[in-house]
Amino acid sequence: MLKISNLNTFYGHIHALKGISMEIKKGEVVSLIGSNGAGKSSTLGSIAGLVRTQSGNVTFMDKDITNMSPHNIVKLGISLSPEGREVFPALTVQENLRLGAYTKKDKVKMSESFTRVYDLFPRLKERIKQTAGTLSGGEQQMLAIGRALMSEPQLLMLDEPSLGLAPNLVLMIFELIESINKQGTTILLIEQNANMALSVSHRAYVLETGNISMTGNAKELANDPRVKKAYLGIG
Amino acid sequence: MSGILTRNCVATVIIQQLFNGLALGMAYALIAVGYSLVFGILRLINFSHGAVYAFSAHIALLFVGLNFGIIPAIILSIVLTGILGVLIDKTALEPLRMNNSIPMASLITTIGMSNIIQNLLMIFFNTERKSFPAFFDFGMIKFGSVQVNSTQVVMFVVSLILLVFLTLIINKTKLGLAMRATEQNSKAASLMGINTNFVISATFFLGGASAAIAGVLISGYYQIVYPGMGFMVGLKAFAAAVLGGIGVLYGSVVGGLVVGVSESYAATFMGSSYRDSVAFIILILVLIIRPTGLFGKKDIKKV
Ligand SMILES: Nc1ncnc2c1ncn2[C@@H]1O[C@H](COP(=O)(O)OP(=O)(O)OP(=O)(O)O)[C@@H](O)[C@H]1O
Ligand SMILES: [Mg+2]
Repeated sequence: MLKISNLNTFYGHIHALKGISMEIKKGEVVSLIGSNGAGKSSTLGSIAGLVRTQSGNVTFMDKDITNMSPHNIVKLGISLSPEGREVFPALTVQENLRLGAYTKKDKVKMSESFTRVYDLFPRLKERIKQTAGTLSGGEQQMLAIGRALMSEPQLLMLDEPSLGLAPNLVLMIFELIESINKQGTTILLIEQNANMALSVSHRAYVLETGNISMTGNAKELANDPRVKKAYLGIG
Repeated sequence: MSGILTRNCVATVIIQQLFNGLALGMAYALIAVGYSLVFGILRLINFSHGAVYAFSAHIALLFVGLNFGIIPAIILSIVLTGILGVLIDKTALEPLRMNNSIPMASLITTIGMSNIIQNLLMIFFNTERKSFPAFFDFGMIKFGSVQVNSTQVVMFVVSLILLVFLTLIINKTKLGLAMRATEQNSKAASLMGINTNFVISATFFLGGASAAIAGVLISGYYQIVYPGMGFMVGLKAFAAAVLGGIGVLYGSVVGGLVVGVSESYAATFMGSSYRDSVAFIILILVLIIRPTGLFGKKDIKKV
């Protein structure tokens, strides 16, 4: 479904992605793990069109989307819940979600999306008219995920969705990831909590300072001594 | 006896000047929202806005001269001035944004654009003052014992309707929602599927179109048009926008009214040499007490 080949991304002189290649098949949950500054968010940014890439390409469902504008990429069915939530602070919960469905013309589909998101996050439903800036951090995270779901993406990219959440909510987010995936959405996930991420993923890529150092089946990676030592805090 | 008479006279002048000020102030507010809208979305003070306003009056005059009739001339002026706003952004400002250049570069560019537009007006329309038709003068209207000039009423009401209309666009339409989202976080807005460049263009169009409406109203009021006409009016509208809290729409309205009324009273009671400075004296006083303007919010962080 998504194919990245030989992607190079720079920020000025910083070479953030050094020719990475990866692939995600329809229906998969794939996670991207790596330490701080490894280039995980840059990878998602490059796919979503937020970050310009110097060379290499990204194809989505056989369409070349390299350096396309973010708003056109969303229309093709890729949605990103960005690092740090980035909700619209002065807009209400409902307006934030409405914006998530900005590309949807069909009113019926849109109200279905609203229902689906409010079912997933009843907390948001209680706060429909509240401005996003006044939500708690965890609620903002729910809003960011809900907003990304509103466009009913084929590929959902989540950048650290459990960041700053209480343990029971973290569990809930991971259950949610599994259930969204069962409903047919392909997911690309970044998580600091590599253990959890690997437990819900089919496959994973390990990024190290802009290079992919390892890849494979999530279960196998979880048992790999190098991964255990570096990312799971074991060994 | 004569004491009562002068008191009556003074009261009449005060009331008449109040109406004059309110009418002018509403038109200033229409120009001020152009500064406010662009500032909200780009955190940029668009100093070409006064020249855009002057452009609108000349375009209206041009089409009136070509016997289009006043209403078609006004409509053409609104559309073309809106387009001029978009062109300023597309040709000069958008390339700067794409290259992530420093904010100062955009600011200087808008000043440059202002000069270019004003000079083109001088070239095509020459510098002399031209008369503009008093197209909405229906004589005096009586409210009880107070007589009001119909031009003032028309100017006030038309501006008010348009300001309400603009507010509805921003608060109730999908485009307005996209504008507010882009204003708060343009990166996140683009992730929602919003074409932020289009939203910025729409903002410039609305700003230009509003300035054009103010342009034909004020030109019809004073019946005079010349290339430099946008300079002082532009500064006053800018003062109005800052006074009310730039980026806040109703702030521009209150700011416009304060500027309009104070200008009107200053001209009457302190002599016409004070008319242009009073707005800025008030602006400075307000900014000393409230640096964000009357209704200004603490700046939302621009991401
Ligand atoms: N806008 C930017 N300008 C300059 N350098 C940047 C920018 N964004 C990222 N970088 C650099 O690129 C590298 C990769 O950053 P990235 O955000 O992709 O890391 P990450 O793997 O997501 O890290 P984290 O786990 O901390 O979120 C880092 O060295 C970072 O400093
Ligand atoms: Mg990151």
